Amino acid sequence: MAERNETMGTTYEKDMVGDGVCSLQKVIPPQKREGNHAVKYVLIGISACFLFVMLVLPLAVVVINALKEGWAVYKENLLDEYTVKAFQLTMLATVVAVAVNTVFGIFASYLLSKFYFRGRQVLAALIDLPFSVSPVIAGLIFILTFGNIGWMGEFLKSHHIKIVFAVPGVILATVFVTLPFVFRELFPVMNAQGKEEEEAAALMGAGGFTIFRRITFPHIKWALLYGMILCTARALGEFGAVSVISGHLRGKTNTLPLHVEILYNEFHTTAAFAVSSILVILAVGILVLRNLVEWKRK
Amino acid sequence: MEQQIVKVKNKRGVRVIPGFGLSLGVTLAMLGPLVLIPLASLFLKAGSLSFPEFWKVVSAPQILSGYGVSLSCAFLAAVVNAVFGMILAWVFVRYEFPGKRLMDGLIELPFALPTAVAGISLTYLYSDQGWIGRWFAKIGVQIAYTRIGITIAMVFVGIPFVVRAVQPVLEKLDRQYEEAATMLGAGRITIFFRVIFPELFPAFLAGFGLAFARGIGEYGSVVFIAGNIPYKTQIAPLLIMTKLEQYKYEDATAIALVLLILSFLLMLGIHSVQIYMQRFSEG
Repeated sequence: MAERNETMGTTYEKDMVGDGVCSLQKVIPPQKREGNHAVKYVLIGISACFLFVMLVLPLAVVVINALKEGWAVYKENLLDEYTVKAFQLTMLATVVAVAVNTVFGIFASYLLSKFYFRGRQVLAALIDLPFSVSPVIAGLIFILTFGNIGWMGEFLKSHHIKIVFAVPGVILATVFVTLPFVFRELFPVMNAQGKEEEEAAALMGAGGFTIFRRITFPHIKWALLYGMILCTARALGEFGAVSVISGHLRGKTNTLPLHVEILYNEFHTTAAFAVSSILVILAVGILVLRNLVEWKRK
Repeated sequence: MEQQIVKVKNKRGVRVIPGFGLSLGVTLAMLGPLVLIPLASLFLKAGSLSFPEFWKVVSAPQILSGYGVSLSCAFLAAVVNAVFGMILAWVFVRYEFPGKRLMDGLIELPFALPTAVAGISLTYLYSDQGWIGRWFAKIGVQIAYTRIGITIAMVFVGIPFVVRAVQPVLEKLDRQYEEAATMLGAGRITIFFRVIFPELFPAFLAGFGLAFARGIGEYGSVVFIAGNIPYKTQIAPLLIMTKLEQYKYEDATAIALVLLILSFLLMLGIHSVQIYMQRFSEG
């Protein structure tokens, strides 16, 4: 994440490194370099094995189990009414979460990077809070606020608004756990950019929106896209928080990850893996997109 | 003296860039109802408990064992991730080999893959009939439904943290110092531990702390592989869940509060390391 802060310095440093390697090879006797190679291959081997066992195998398990009973069953599992409903709810929650995140991320990082004010550090720490809160606790706090026993429970009941064990609760929980994502990507970029350019523009008479659109935005567009991708990934897969607050009403408040859990606990293993495979495809798609954006940004 | 005062006033007092009020307003208007008010409800609810009640809940043997399982497994997983994360970051920065980009791109998979999917997949893999669990079952080691399984799930979710914390720092590291050390006759191991590692240490510790914190709070990927046997493989977040299902909201709140304080202290630790790091690098 820090690479982007050093665009000016890299070329210079790279040259230094290049020189360093050359002179190193002159100094180190050949047999020592042989040893270097052995260490290199051992370390690469360890890395490859670790990634294969910890990351590739779990993916393979999902795909193989989803297709274990053939394509027909797989298709049937995917087109199941509850699966489709769960997919729609997951998409809805994700879209809302990303939208809220984007707006919040832009305003919050603009505020914290362009202005100095009392309590700036505290605010930054508060924004990061959802990262350090266990998802289960994230669900719990919404029940304690909006649920029947919550302090807003009476009020909501008298106005016939249902948040807990209903769709709004699912969306709220998703928004909570993803809130810092875009901010976390934008803030370092805006901070590194400084505020001289904005100040100059303001002194020349540009309005707030013009300044943002013409000066700030071009600097942050890739970071923004990157943050939105990360936020999408997290929103799609949120389980703990949503699990607490959704009440597991099939066809109503079930998201895809919750549907996976229900199917698995009912011993419909193949169906559970089939639904999981949708999420795996989405996850891999997001990873590819992430790497494309990262590559484009450099 | 006078100049300094003017400078400070300029920094804090006069704002040239427009939009302070708007961005402060929007930020607070969103942060308030989405994060601060709900979190305050937790403390409000916890405040309605008297201290003996609170203590009775969180010091129950089952709850204590839950904290123990969560903390010990998360710590172990963070150690495993620290070692492998370091190796991975090193390999990605210092070596060129075919397939490097693919491996590097895979690292974020645990962020992108929903935890529930990871959970059932790991359970399948490490159960007695699974591809990996089968071989361990032969030598009498059970992985799924034990603390080993919990640790493996926490390793899975924590992989990206150390790698992504150490990688950029290692990339920026000036190789001159290693060169100098080599010329002075230091061996590779000495160079790593005396020259390179001290530079990486703050980032390394931050990554370790994040992986640790993530493990403590983790629910989705762990709950399937844990088996949830009381006093043995029940993690703290699961205990909150169980209390909620029994409509014991007070108990759930008390357990959550302790967990929240634990992870808060951990984050505080990470933050102080980062601040120390900043001061250190600024000289």
